[in-house]
Amino acid sequence: MGSYLPSTPEERAAMLAEIGCDSIDELYRNVPQDVRCGELDIPSGLSEMEVLSELERMAGKNTVFRSVFRGAGAYQRYIPALVKTVTSNEAFLTAYTPYQAEISQGVLQSIFEYQTMVCELTGMDVSNASLYDGASAAAEAVLMCGDRKRTGVVVSGALHPEVLETVLTYCAAHDVMVTLVPAVDGHTRPEDLAACLEGTTAAVLFQQPNFFGLLEDAPALIEAAHAAGAKAVVSADPISLGLLATPGELGADVCVCEGQSLGLPLSFGGPYLGMIACKKPLMRKLPGRIVGQTQDDAGNRAFVLTLQAREQHIRREKASSNVCSNQALCALAAGVYLACMGPRGMRQAASLSLSKAHYLAERLREVGGFDLVFEGEFFNEFLTTCPIDPEELERRLAERGILCGVPVGEHVLWCTTEVTTKAQIDELAQTLREVL
Amino acid sequence: MKLVFELSRPGRGMDVLPACDVPEHALDERWLRAAAPALPEVAEVDLDRHYHELSKEAFGVCDGFYPLGSCTMKYNPRVNEEAAALPGFAHIHPTQPESTVQGALEVIHTAGALLGEITGMDAVTVQPAAGAHGEFTGMLLIKAYHESRGDTARTKVIVPDSAHGTNPATATMVGFETVNVPSNADGGVDLDALREAVGPDTAGLMLTNPNTLGIFDPNILAITRIVHEAGGLCYYDGANLNPVMGIARPGDMGFDCVHLNLHKTFSTPHGGGGPGAAAVGCKALLAPFLPGPTVEQTEDGTYRFAQPEQSIGRVKAFYGNFGVVVRALAYVLALGREGIPEAARAAVLNANYLMKKLEGAYHMAYPGPCMHEFVIDVGPLKERTGASALDVAKRLLDFGVHPPTMYFPLIVHEALMVEPTETESRETLDEAAAAFLRVYDEACEDGERLHGAPFTKRIGRPDETAAARTPIVRWTPEA
Repeated sequence: MGSYLPSTPEERAAMLAEIGCDSIDELYRNVPQDVRCGELDIPSGLSEMEVLSELERMAGKNTVFRSVFRGAGAYQRYIPALVKTVTSNEAFLTAYTPYQAEISQGVLQSIFEYQTMVCELTGMDVSNASLYDGASAAAEAVLMCGDRKRTGVVVSGALHPEVLETVLTYCAAHDVMVTLVPAVDGHTRPEDLAACLEGTTAAVLFQQPNFFGLLEDAPALIEAAHAAGAKAVVSADPISLGLLATPGELGADVCVCEGQSLGLPLSFGGPYLGMIACKKPLMRKLPGRIVGQTQDDAGNRAFVLTLQAREQHIRREKASSNVCSNQALCALAAGVYLACMGPRGMRQAASLSLSKAHYLAERLREVGGFDLVFEGEFFNEFLTTCPIDPEELERRLAERGILCGVPVGEHVLWCTTEVTTKAQIDELAQTLREVL
Repeated sequence: MKLVFELSRPGRGMDVLPACDVPEHALDERWLRAAAPALPEVAEVDLDRHYHELSKEAFGVCDGFYPLGSCTMKYNPRVNEEAAALPGFAHIHPTQPESTVQGALEVIHTAGALLGEITGMDAVTVQPAAGAHGEFTGMLLIKAYHESRGDTARTKVIVPDSAHGTNPATATMVGFETVNVPSNADGGVDLDALREAVGPDTAGLMLTNPNTLGIFDPNILAITRIVHEAGGLCYYDGANLNPVMGIARPGDMGFDCVHLNLHKTFSTPHGGGGPGAAAVGCKALLAPFLPGPTVEQTEDGTYRFAQPEQSIGRVKAFYGNFGVVVRALAYVLALGREGIPEAARAAVLNANYLMKKLEGAYHMAYPGPCMHEFVIDVGPLKERTGASALDVAKRLLDFGVHPPTMYFPLIVHEALMVEPTETESRETLDEAAAAFLRVYDEACEDGERLHGAPFTKRIGRPDETAAARTPIVRWTPEA
């Protein structure tokens, strides 16, 4: 069996003698016999080699596709080598939350840098140190907009369905009413949104680009929210912000993103990164850790966890959120990613994703039976019709090593990123002609 | 240390991506941002050195003894990292067809089954991303259970005063009111106070056992019985499962629901504040409410997703922090049925050994034996010498010891909560004890001097008041 105990049984016996006990069981004297369990019904332990081999067996049952044409909230992207170099550094990997600032300046500074980069990317004033993922960040975002007079939440029907489900769970827990604005022709119409707003609406939430990849009329949606006295929360794709107008400059109050695209592998859905940033007036309502700059007594620049009066360990039942551990290492990855890419690389990643999607849409149209379902500008994802049952299409392409777009009802939601090559797209078009 | 922005020079940077190999698509001006983000423009060599420099100002498990109470900073085995990075785990898309991710579903199913057995629970989800997220999930299960029975008067959650702050914060998040109950003289739950607190409005109890004083409550069965008899359910905060895994199971103590912090008990790295992961286990009565999807095994041995019939809904996208679950599974497979209780016993032994070494000098808040952790009350030392728990903690930094958890639990005013974990050798504990005792002697010689500790670090104590009063939370060229 495997063990990570440094002490031998003899050493443990000697330590026990020093404590003045005959057996370790004596130390457990508070544990009533009635609650002691016998031997656990789990397998015997394994050596390191056996553990890895068992997990290799499981990993081997999964298919890693040669070509991936789906996103829907999780994107295959290029990760610069330096990202992994930094995040696999033992100190960053294993450190605890940086409560002890004097020995944690590296962690704290990396978070401060991350917060700054998130503000730059989103056009917001303040970012926190991260939340669990984009979906829970969206839920925390709409809740932080509430106050005594306004609690209701109005949500676009073109939101990622799993983000919507998460928002519904959090809002139900808080007894907050959620009104859904159905999408029309794939878009959230500002007039439909306005019709749902009431004097008690705290927040409006929509996604840009939306779940179907379409660009929403964000300025009009934000204006509608503000006209009714509600806050506007935008769920954005961080890569798209290399090109697209930022939620900040469009006037949004809070921006959330699923940050997986910024240097994190697909990893079957997690760990990912919840990004959340807001305008200054909302700063003290932001959930989670925030790092701030200060000085030590000698005047050296220093970083600390700050504005802790918002948080659960101080406020207990009066805290605005219970979040404690977040996704610090993922935020570090995102910070290194953004530093590697720089303004030029981010623009390029956005532009490549956009251009390849339009090329793919054109090739699919030529195959026949894959027509755009909605009109309007799209970014790197788009919905098409499908000449056969989409799940049958998925099966036939999977046999050829290709992961097609995500089946959405009778349609397919396609995606490209900067890693999609022209050759892969041409091969997909050719394969479609063969399998249909 | 310079900030990465201070290393930036216009025109520098890395060439990460290739030129476009398809016709470029231009978006209409109306969609575009006015100016590029002011991200750093730095050459790779300077970036690499920058992060290398930052890593030297971080304290990892390999940097030394890490006795953070209730955080269980045990060693994080390297093979776990290797397993999580296998291409078959790292490069699979969460929406791939079930037939192409059978191994991933097996990981989730197997981890759930093993953790269910370790906790004595009937069903497990690994969707929550952290301990507090697990609490949120578990308390929603309890709320949904009462509501499904039309029992809507149950609005109160009982929390002992020794609880983690996340417990009352969680109760509020799910719309419950917190009722605090005091601890008794032995550090356990005051049974009379509990009997008085329960009633037809009791939704449940949230309890950490062993608690944050490192004490296993000997009245645990009476406690859960009192709550059950009042019609409430019992929630087990698994932050402190480490000393009782394989010895006593929350399910057998009378708990209906439990969360485990995989980044504490099950050895996954903390990442400087995450990503962690939580497994939430529950008895059969709560299983229909679990967040979906869950994973089940079919008769032919394959795995598939299933949707619990009265699910509380999702608490995050996809299936949880899968990569962290892979690491935790690697750990459970390594230890197995013999290794799990052996690790627990060794954790208890190490804590008692260190406590014994220190109790001649420091005042212990509660007498031993303890479980996995113990609480030093620096109050008497402070009264005599002026040196506080903070001063002791900061001076320990100079000796390469990560300080214990400070000022927690709240019921001990000058608390230092010490959890050595089982993965420390006797020599490490002896060296740590020597450091603690030396700081004690220094406090006795000149308590005032310790207000200036640490003395050997790059920075001294930062001004936290100024940081909160005038928040600077991002870099700007002027600041």
